[in-house]
Amino acid sequence: MAKSLLFPEFKIERDAERCISCQVCVRQCANEVHSYDPEDDTVYSAEEHCVGCQRCVTLCPTGALEIRKREIGFRPNANWDVASIRNLYKQAETGGVLLTGMGCDKPYPIYWDHLLLNASQVTNPSIDPLREPIEIRTFLGKKEPFLEVAWSEEFAGLKTRLAPQLELSIPVLFSAMSYGSISYNAFRSLVEAAKEIGTFCNSGEGGLHPGFYPLGDWIIVQVASGRFGVTPEYLEVAAAVEIKIGQGAKPGIGGHLPGEKVSPEISRTRRIPVGSDAISPAPHHDIYSIEDLERLVFALKEATRYEKPISVKIAAVHNVAAIASGAVRAGADIVAIDGIRGGTGAAPQVIRDNVGIPIELALAQVDERLRKEGIRHRASIVIAGGIRSSSDVVKAIALGADAVYIGTSALLALGCHLCQKCYTGKCNWGIATQDPYLTKRLNPQMGKRRLVNLLRAWSLEIKEILGGMGINAIESLRGNREQLRAVGLTKEEAQVLGVKMAGEGW
Amino acid sequence: MNVLDCRGMHYREINARLEEWWRNGCREALLQGVNGQRYLGRAFSEGYLEIEGTPGDDVGIFLNGATVRIKGNGQDGVGNTMNRGKIIVEGDARDIVGFSMRGGKIWVRGSVGYRVGIHMKSYLDEYPVIIVGGEAGDFLGEYMAGGLIVILGLGSKKPIYGSFIAPGMHGGTIIIRGEVSEKVVSAGVKMSPLEEHEWRGVSAYLEEYSHDLALSLPSFRPSDFVKLFPLTTRPYGRIYAY
Repeated sequence: MAKSLLFPEFKIERDAERCISCQVCVRQCANEVHSYDPEDDTVYSAEEHCVGCQRCVTLCPTGALEIRKREIGFRPNANWDVASIRNLYKQAETGGVLLTGMGCDKPYPIYWDHLLLNASQVTNPSIDPLREPIEIRTFLGKKEPFLEVAWSEEFAGLKTRLAPQLELSIPVLFSAMSYGSISYNAFRSLVEAAKEIGTFCNSGEGGLHPGFYPLGDWIIVQVASGRFGVTPEYLEVAAAVEIKIGQGAKPGIGGHLPGEKVSPEISRTRRIPVGSDAISPAPHHDIYSIEDLERLVFALKEATRYEKPISVKIAAVHNVAAIASGAVRAGADIVAIDGIRGGTGAAPQVIRDNVGIPIELALAQVDERLRKEGIRHRASIVIAGGIRSSSDVVKAIALGADAVYIGTSALLALGCHLCQKCYTGKCNWGIATQDPYLTKRLNPQMGKRRLVNLLRAWSLEIKEILGGMGINAIESLRGNREQLRAVGLTKEEAQVLGVKMAGEGW
Repeated sequence: MNVLDCRGMHYREINARLEEWWRNGCREALLQGVNGQRYLGRAFSEGYLEIEGTPGDDVGIFLNGATVRIKGNGQDGVGNTMNRGKIIVEGDARDIVGFSMRGGKIWVRGSVGYRVGIHMKSYLDEYPVIIVGGEAGDFLGEYMAGGLIVILGLGSKKPIYGSFIAPGMHGGTIIIRGEVSEKVVSAGVKMSPLEEHEWRGVSAYLEEYSHDLALSLPSFRPSDFVKLFPLTTRPYGRIYAY
């Protein structure tokens, strides 16, 4: 066979003086980059297999390893960047669709970084969150346009029957990541953390492992086009049900869990034979219209006796505002919108990097459209797709979101190093893999602790920001775009976002 | 048997009433005057429900062990995402019968519409079966991942199947009476005669079908049928570059 033109992406530098040939790197790398030769007592590295996950670098006890992006000595060419050349070589060698993992890494504008937050000065004084309570509790679900209150000798209270709500102690939930795409321990970390924090994680579309049924009160279960594991018990144990129409990393296409990942435990969860492809078709074959979506929304409400909110998750695409409006009219209690930077365990790179729109623009348009139509109260908006920090959360809420989903941030907290190779099933950090040798690297108790820490830090920061604005409840920030100003954006961009330029007053 | 006159009732009231009856120990009910109400018998795990009239979409959705008998025709989504149990339709049924069905049985005496039995799947002893007495429309068994579909085409002279049979099929078996034109069978799906041991399984289901519908079926032989099955359980195994 001809030699592959695929040049290594990373350069491995091993400091011979520091290396003690302990072979930690050999044992840690599922990609089999490092190998030990006992004859000359030396560890060698095959760079072409390295994915740059930094596992060996992190665990090397003597700090002997360094892994760097390899500078390829091609003649500089503004059109033909190294990534494009590499992809082209790969396709010429394999004839296949290029797969990737995690969210889009193209340098499209990140609008969060062009939005600045407000603070109080002199008038409307700021609040010190260490001294005064600041409420960031959030309720997701349909809100009533008005409340009827009874006030008599016999009975004083609410006459209106409230729609079911999810109560969150912080407006952040863990995104849909299926057991299958991530390991049992990773999912366990998420759900245990959700329980301790008082928020929710999402099962993704792979069904729910029976081991998680007792924790259903902190799990939103997904009903996707493959309907894997969607049984009455599955709907019964969950806190809410989400119909997955689309995903930001791969709008308009389905998902294929390759047969080699369908292990006995995964097959038990998905209710399909071991080794068979698990195919989620692109559309739901019973949903070809908003009316059909309504049929499924109400089927799920019926099956859960109207006791649980029903969410509809869509990808942020060009006509997202009209689609979200349709979802609300179809009876969704929560509309989840996933932007182009939303993550995935596996997606064709061409789709991930080219289809969809940034979540910031989608959110602004959806919120505005629902307000204009007078139906904003009928559903909560949860956004997803590249939320990195508490300030992104605060900006999202000021743009009109009720809460945010975090996927990549949560995985980073668990140790992910964004190598984007989730689809290979060889995650050295024990997150996106089913290999028992790798999965035990993630201790769910430690994983949970790290997630709880992350959200504790974010909640302190959110309160700090709110206090600075003189706002003592996150309700008052929702859709409050006066608290946002644009920098470095065109007038049109600011207009789509519905925010004024920095420097403009009220 | 408890009887409910459903005329003018919303599906929500009907299902709530049934649920209340079931809570109080009732396990058999007759719904009369049903006219388009959806989701009847949804997720019921035991008992027997008889429906007179025409139920709306998604009758027996998420069904989990109960038996539902429809004395008339069914609309779309009969037995949608069904788990266990049995649905007997004495008339025709429309599109997506048994969509993503994981277990249980659906007997239709008459004909069915498009996309019937799509993405049915099986796992260990969960084995869904659909038997259609009449004809089936296009996209029969699309994405099929497990289970059995039988199309009998009783009393029909024209082709008893539509176009695009089983695109994306990667598990399960479809059995159609008579000859099937290669032109309508999707790539990746093979046809072959029925083996003797396979016929024994099918004829047991046919016996149950004819008994439940009080029909006397012609005495079929295995050579009356053609069997369709997927070439691979990995239809997408070779389209990606890793």
